[in-house]
Amino acid sequence: MIRFPTRPLVGPLAALGLAMVAPAPLQAADAQVVKIDNFTFTPAALTVKPGTTVTFENDDDIPHLVVANDGAFRSKALDTGDTYAFTFTKAGDFAYYCGLHPHMQGKITVAP
Amino acid sequence: MTNHDDDSERGGISRRHALECMIWAGTGVLWTMSGGVPVSLNLLGAAQAAEAMTTGFTFLQISDSHIGFDKAANPHAIDTLKEAMGKIQALPQKPAFMIHTGDITHLSKAAQFDNAAEIIGGAGFDVHYVPGEHDVIDDDNGKAYLDRYGKGTKGAGWYSFEQNGVHFVGLVNVVNLKAGGLGNLGPEQLAWLADDLKAVSASTPIVVFAHIPLWAIYPEWGWGTDDAAQALSLLKGFGSVTVLNGHIHQIMQKVEGNVTFHTARSTAFPQPAPGTAASPGPMTVPAGQLRGLLGTSSVAVKQGGQELAIIDSTLA
Ligand SMILES: [Cu+2]
Repeated sequence: MIRFPTRPLVGPLAALGLAMVAPAPLQAADAQVVKIDNFTFTPAALTVKPGTTVTFENDDDIPHLVVANDGAFRSKALDTGDTYAFTFTKAGDFAYYCGLHPHMQGKITVAP
Repeated sequence: MTNHDDDSERGGISRRHALECMIWAGTGVLWTMSGGVPVSLNLLGAAQAAEAMTTGFTFLQISDSHIGFDKAANPHAIDTLKEAMGKIQALPQKPAFMIHTGDITHLSKAAQFDNAAEIIGGAGFDVHYVPGEHDVIDDDNGKAYLDRYGKGTKGAGWYSFEQNGVHFVGLVNVVNLKAGGLGNLGPEQLAWLADDLKAVSASTPIVVFAHIPLWAIYPEWGWGTDDAAQALSLLKGFGSVTVLNGHIHQIMQKVEGNVTFHTARSTAFPQPAPGTAASPGPMTVPAGQLRGLLGTSSVAVKQGGQELAIIDSTLA
């Protein structure tokens, strides 16, 4: 099998680029990325501070769709290279899955 | 990979070997279902198979056209659908109609539905659709599909119809998917199915078609349907049940009691065999091999009998 890793990674790189301009301690709190690759959310479990924007980035050659189990958020279908950002303001556990491939699951824990 | 184009070569091989050929070479092996047991064309005898083809009717299954897909595994999914439709139009015996087992489009976009309708509809056959998960990801959660194909259907697009003494049931198992789950039919559809089958006699052959397989092929990759067992229990009392699916972009077949399960190839891109890759994503193969992994399935129904024969053909 031959793969051609030529997909652009525009969205998240731009996001990281912006974060790098900010003072270092704010970086982790303000922006986090969950990558979707090989039908897997990475990291599958992520702990962030309230107010953090998490960007989900699809690196697969197939669309995925990020949905909170409790309906708190739902992306559009993310094609290759597409991103979806959600800002977590409330503390708690937010389990989510892929609306297209529901066996794909992840969790964001928001803790001060 | 062995090439089994030669009919005389196929004639002497065992059933097990023939099944492997169907999966790996897929050059049009004919199966006929007799009392729930599949018999290859060569074991059945060419004359009987020919009779099944000429005294009954055939219908054609096409699946996973993924119009809009343009990634490395096949940058021109629209062209391979056109090729498939060209082959269907050139068939010596015209199918009575077609079924499309979903993933018509890649992203449920209007232009993708329009392109698919133009290419598939251009062949002039009646086409009975069920949606794949890629067909219900418009902003209105499936309205784009139902606007086009929902006429005369119930719920998310399920329905049944009769053709030449065969009862066809199109099911939808790609909506309201639950976290951690597989394909899903849901209680409303199952209740409808129970009611629908009440009027069908036990001797009537039944063909059920849906996008995601109704048997657990590989749950680790989501290749199965959570409440399929409830649907299959409703089909227990019937003499002949054939379940046709897509979704996994490769041929798989299983016989369990009165039910024969069969999945069709995609016309867009192949996917790996269960567990042989990191994920079920599109499989990129050398360009010369692609068309050998894409294709359609033709199903022959013998008049007055319960035998169905499935012929899988590639685009190669
Ligand atoms: Cu997914």
